[in-house]
Amino acid sequence: MLLINCPYCGPRAQSEFTYGGDASLHRPAPDASMDDWFAYVYLRDNPKGAHVELWQHSAGCRSWIKVRRDTRTHDILESP
Amino acid sequence: MTYSIFSLARHALSGHKRWPLAFRSPAPAKAYDAVIVGGGGHGLATAYYLAKRHGVRKVAVLEKGYIGGGNTGRNTTIVRSNYHLDANAHFYEHSLKLWEGLGRELNFNVMYSARGVLNLVHTPAEMDAAMRRGNAMRLNGIDAQFLSHDEIARRIPNLDCSPDARFPILGGLLQPRGGTVRHDAVAWGYARAADALGVDIVQACEVTGIRVDGGAVSGVETTRGFVATPRLAFAVAGHSSVLAAMAGITLPIETHVLQAMVSDPVKPVLDTVVTSGAVHFYVSQSDKGELVMGGDLDFMNSYAQRGNLPIVEHVAAACLSLFPSFGRLSLMRTWGGICDMTMDGSPIIAKLPVQGLYMTGGWCYGGFKATPASGWLLAHTIAHDAPHELNAAFTLERFAQGRMIDEKGAGPIPWMH
Amino acid sequence: MTQPFRLAQGGAVDRARPLAFTFDGARFEGYAGDTLASALLANGVHLVARSFKYHRPRGIYTAGAEEPNALVQLGMGARSEPNVRATTLELFDGLSAESQNRWPSLRFDAGALNDAFSPLMPAGFYYKTFMWPATPRGWLRYEHLIRRMAGMGRAASEPDPDAYEHQYAHCDVLVVGGGPAGIEAARFAAQAGRRVILCDEGPPSGRDIADVTLLSRTTAFGIYDDLMVGALERVTDHLASPPEREPRRRLWKIRAREVVLATGAIERGIAYAGNDRPGTMLAGAAKTYLERYAVRPGSRAVVFTNNDSAYAAAQALMSAGVDVAAVVDARPEGEAARRCGLRVIASSAIVNANGRLRVSSVDVAPLDGGRARCIDCDLVCVSGGFNPAVHLWSQARGTLRYDERLAAFLPDACPLPVRIVGAAAGELDAVRALWSVRSKGKRFVDLMNDVTADDVALAAREGYTAVEHLKRYTTLGMGPDQGKTSGVVGLALLAEARGVSIPDVGTTTFRPPYTPVTLGAVPGSEQGAHLAPTRRSAMHDWHAERGARFVTAGLWLRPHSYPRAGESEDDAANREARNVRANVGVVDVSTLGKIEIAGRDAAAFLNRIYVNTIDSLATGRCRYGVMLRDDGMVLDDGTVTRLGPSHYLLTTTTVNAVKVMQHIEYLLQVVWPELAVFATSVTEQWAAAAISGPRARDVVAALVDIDVSNAAFPFLAVASCRAASLPARLFRMSYSGELAYELHVRADRGRELWEAIVKAGEPFGLMPYGTEAMGTLRIEKGHIVVGPEADGRTTADDLGLGKLVSGAKWCVGKPLLARPALTEAGRWQLVGLTALDGAPMPRAAKLVADPARATPNPMLGHVTSWCYSPNLEKWIALALLADGRRRHGETLWAVSPLAGARVRVKVGPSCFIDPEGARLRG
Repeated sequence: MLLINCPYCGPRAQSEFTYGGDASLHRPAPDASMDDWFAYVYLRDNPKGAHVELWQHSAGCRSWIKVRRDTRTHDILESP
Repeated sequence: MTYSIFSLARHALSGHKRWPLAFRSPAPAKAYDAVIVGGGGHGLATAYYLAKRHGVRKVAVLEKGYIGGGNTGRNTTIVRSNYHLDANAHFYEHSLKLWEGLGRELNFNVMYSARGVLNLVHTPAEMDAAMRRGNAMRLNGIDAQFLSHDEIARRIPNLDCSPDARFPILGGLLQPRGGTVRHDAVAWGYARAADALGVDIVQACEVTGIRVDGGAVSGVETTRGFVATPRLAFAVAGHSSVLAAMAGITLPIETHVLQAMVSDPVKPVLDTVVTSGAVHFYVSQSDKGELVMGGDLDFMNSYAQRGNLPIVEHVAAACLSLFPSFGRLSLMRTWGGICDMTMDGSPIIAKLPVQGLYMTGGWCYGGFKATPASGWLLAHTIAHDAPHELNAAFTLERFAQGRMIDEKGAGPIPWMH
Repeated sequence: MTQPFRLAQGGAVDRARPLAFTFDGARFEGYAGDTLASALLANGVHLVARSFKYHRPRGIYTAGAEEPNALVQLGMGARSEPNVRATTLELFDGLSAESQNRWPSLRFDAGALNDAFSPLMPAGFYYKTFMWPATPRGWLRYEHLIRRMAGMGRAASEPDPDAYEHQYAHCDVLVVGGGPAGIEAARFAAQAGRRVILCDEGPPSGRDIADVTLLSRTTAFGIYDDLMVGALERVTDHLASPPEREPRRRLWKIRAREVVLATGAIERGIAYAGNDRPGTMLAGAAKTYLERYAVRPGSRAVVFTNNDSAYAAAQALMSAGVDVAAVVDARPEGEAARRCGLRVIASSAIVNANGRLRVSSVDVAPLDGGRARCIDCDLVCVSGGFNPAVHLWSQARGTLRYDERLAAFLPDACPLPVRIVGAAAGELDAVRALWSVRSKGKRFVDLMNDVTADDVALAAREGYTAVEHLKRYTTLGMGPDQGKTSGVVGLALLAEARGVSIPDVGTTTFRPPYTPVTLGAVPGSEQGAHLAPTRRSAMHDWHAERGARFVTAGLWLRPHSYPRAGESEDDAANREARNVRANVGVVDVSTLGKIEIAGRDAAAFLNRIYVNTIDSLATGRCRYGVMLRDDGMVLDDGTVTRLGPSHYLLTTTTVNAVKVMQHIEYLLQVVWPELAVFATSVTEQWAAAAISGPRARDVVAALVDIDVSNAAFPFLAVASCRAASLPARLFRMSYSGELAYELHVRADRGRELWEAIVKAGEPFGLMPYGTEAMGTLRIEKGHIVVGPEADGRTTADDLGLGKLVSGAKWCVGKPLLARPALTEAGRWQLVGLTALDGAPMPRAAKLVADPARATPNPMLGHVTSWCYSPNLEKWIALALLADGRRRHGETLWAVSPLAGARVRVKVGPSCFIDPEGARLRG
């Protein structure tokens, strides 16, 4: 089970977190085009390899953190 | 040659030393009329139906590993057509009807076991949703029955139907024609039948690039050389994004790991497929005697084909809460598959925005039951360069148009479907 | 004479503690320290099982967890356990076991007919037949019979009475395996000051290692991400009367910084004809039975080997008085042969073993051809070499390389901090590879699943040439033993058949668990009643005391209704709903989500997440609000209350409390970190009751210390006050459509408040009401609910809330609302339905124009919520209907084929009572 480093609580087990998906997306400005919004909400690179993703420490301090993890091996490459 | 008890007996006389190849594994030719990437059930079925129903025989299936080694060999073997939304209902019913005759059509025993699929309901809200779905099924001409608590207790005596259960069972929706199919047989059966029609099934051949000339597909780069083709389809489940990216297309798909597990084999103890939404769980008993179980995704993007303990714990917990007498059985093997989760939980079987490029994917964790219809319809789409009525709604463009087919209503969060 | 094959001396068994046990009804005696297998052998019992497919007589093959034959059904009744390995089952007094998969008895098994029909049953035969008759249900007939013959033991038919638990542990170094290599690694690490845990699958040896935590009877079965290791401890299996408060098994979840695998190597056999006769075992096992258990596994033995290790077994046999008739060595005569003092037949192999219920003799012939000679024996000890136990290594993504000298796969490199030592790392004797012997008859590769060498050849011949295809087509390695003694032999034979090298064939993937793990231990105590937490409001006990019938709403238990004596639940709900509109009722609404939002930018933030304008809300006022998802669909609805200049309280639906909180935290932390806003969930901190009905003001006035006249406290007013002397918040909002208030107090005083409300309400005819009546009231008013109406596929406009969406500001979800299909004609829209002809509305009905039309009958919509309205005295419903708002006045059919029901319904507005809202504002 993944050990995820929460910057406030230290390394904690995956079961304390809720997954938040791809963190590499740039949320468009409110007045951006429909195409931009569509791409943000629906399209995903879904990489086989390094993936920057969001996790919320929901059973702990409730921080949202970004983690870079390899989706082929589950190795966490970078975390706060 | 035909498989039958007679050929089995004849071959027994020669010590089974003269059986022919079930399917060849040739090297790829330089060019084909159609190339399917992905040697799982969907890809092999597509090739078969292209040859069988559309006379397109100069076809290759390119598989990077061995056929049936992906989700086709990893699923929990359930087949059903108990869907609520019309597009899904008609599609899966077409598939179930194909399952019903598939063994005969392929001359390969796929062991379609119509033992019934029962969705338990534990709350009034669940009961409403299940009955709504069952009514939709019946109005679409699909078999559905609602069983009361007492009927379920009689039918499945080792299920905990007591009112003291954490999530007491109130009833359930049964599809009598739903059941199980032997998953490996599907890959091998389609492979053998396609091979007999002249399809080349090329294993150990990984596609590394898609060549597009002037907006149209011209072929694929592979680890075994370039293969030219004007019509290219990929049926690669969790690797859909990888293939699509080769053609410059980004999909509304995330790849997630789904685990499944089996118990050690015991004498018959469960005759129906049982599922529960409240505890996120499904179970059936294989013909060898193993209980085959699954539950939720692990909830993280993954291509690793394995997951972690928490889900295994939840699945076992759900199993034992429903079947308390199974506590002394053993978990024998666990594994994971790679599921292509879409933004509405429904698949994409469509032409893609590059001429000559097609895909079947986005099957989430429900692709096995779709195998025959997916192949049948993708073959049609390739042969006619246009979708059939049954897959016309499953386009890539539906998301931009706002025509999502969202059974659960979970929205654009792939792992919630 | 009891235990005729027990040696007088030696072994680790305790001869001072004899234990009685039964096997297949026959009584025997063994000693403390025995396994069931060693005790059976001590009593001369070799026939212990019938094989899975062919029902061949089988004996004890190994002395460990890798056992493929000797699986027994242990115990009776609720504690009956199938497929227990006799070789690791520690003997206890009164143990009762039965052989499996045979009828009527082990000696005379009708299933042995399968062996006779085996020519028709090679690997994969079932794919080639059973296809007639070609009807959809055709297979079911065969399946019924096949299932009865398949499977091995039986599941118990009563709930498992034992308890299980989980235990976490953290350490610097986890050593797996308590043999010499493991002990040395543990000692070394402990001396270096590391925190060390050592786990071993066997019973405690009695020796402690300083500063090392020892877990005995504990099998590490899986390595998961970031070196979380799962291990199963058998806590009480070896005890005849386990202490009551001990769990039977314990699942350890050990987080290690480093893992050292000292898992040893597993011996494998050689595939010759008849290599499964009872009395056939691996050479190392024979040695273990002699030395650890002081048991002679036979009287006259033949040893068959391709490596030196079997000579030690042969010597041990000889020392124990077993007549070693011959050592058959596949290699030319070497050092070990010369020095052993036994008759050695070099460069030869066993080509056939004879005997049915026990091996009686073997035929031995030179490997390069030549006449076979027959040697009488009742014990065959085989050694085909050793496979390092690399299962956990591979699970940790360690790679393997094939070693020719050992004819085995050895660990190569691992990307995680995992080391492997000892025999598991390849510290083994050289081997002359011999996988099978050319002979007629069944040469078993996988004893557990009855897979023979001919099956492997057949798979290759038919094109199932990938190692995974071999496994799936023949089922080799897929039984409970997971192919521990058959692995490598199978793929080596595949390599031979394909004419490629063994490394080119490769291995199948090693998956957890290493050995099967009791299902009950996997969830530990979080099963049954503890499957999920049960959430109860502060007033729960009051409801229960009043005879409320409860309903599950997510994790919550909520009162459905309060039936009086002789009243059905439906009658109770109708009475309660009628009473609310006639007098006054009180309902527990504590489960709704509550979130406090505070900070300088609070109003601006709320404006962005609700469709309607929030920043115009005055302090001391509340309003209804709707939130959308990013895709424009309705996410949740609830209320927004302004408590102060920069202080708000939101309510959400019960089911979405967690989701909305997560949504808000995501937006504040990830999307708009520049906003100065704090969000705090206070769902559990407040108990809440709603008082509704024309007499609600009378009740509230009697409870609170502020002026609640209509002028002083109008519709949508909010104020702090004291209610029944408790600090409270009072809201004037209404879900029922009647004059209504909500009172919130701190959760631990909830019951006090509730009792005060009930008391204050007595003179006014107040009755408690549950979720059923609450549902009736809101349906009468056309209020939507997340789930039935807001089903994740509806926009605000679909639900008749389009006017709420402010055109003047942006909010989450707006951009994608502009997509063509979300604004086109024909969308399913919220309407009200009234059942005609006095018939009840069918449950979960679909709407059609003509119920008699053949399928597929086009569905125009469906009923989302329905009830009998006691206030209108008819059946009504809310529904989603294509183009619904333009179809008011039309008649349709609501049908439920599941219930065989159909009713004519009239389409109209979704609000049935007081659409102008006069009752609300009075």
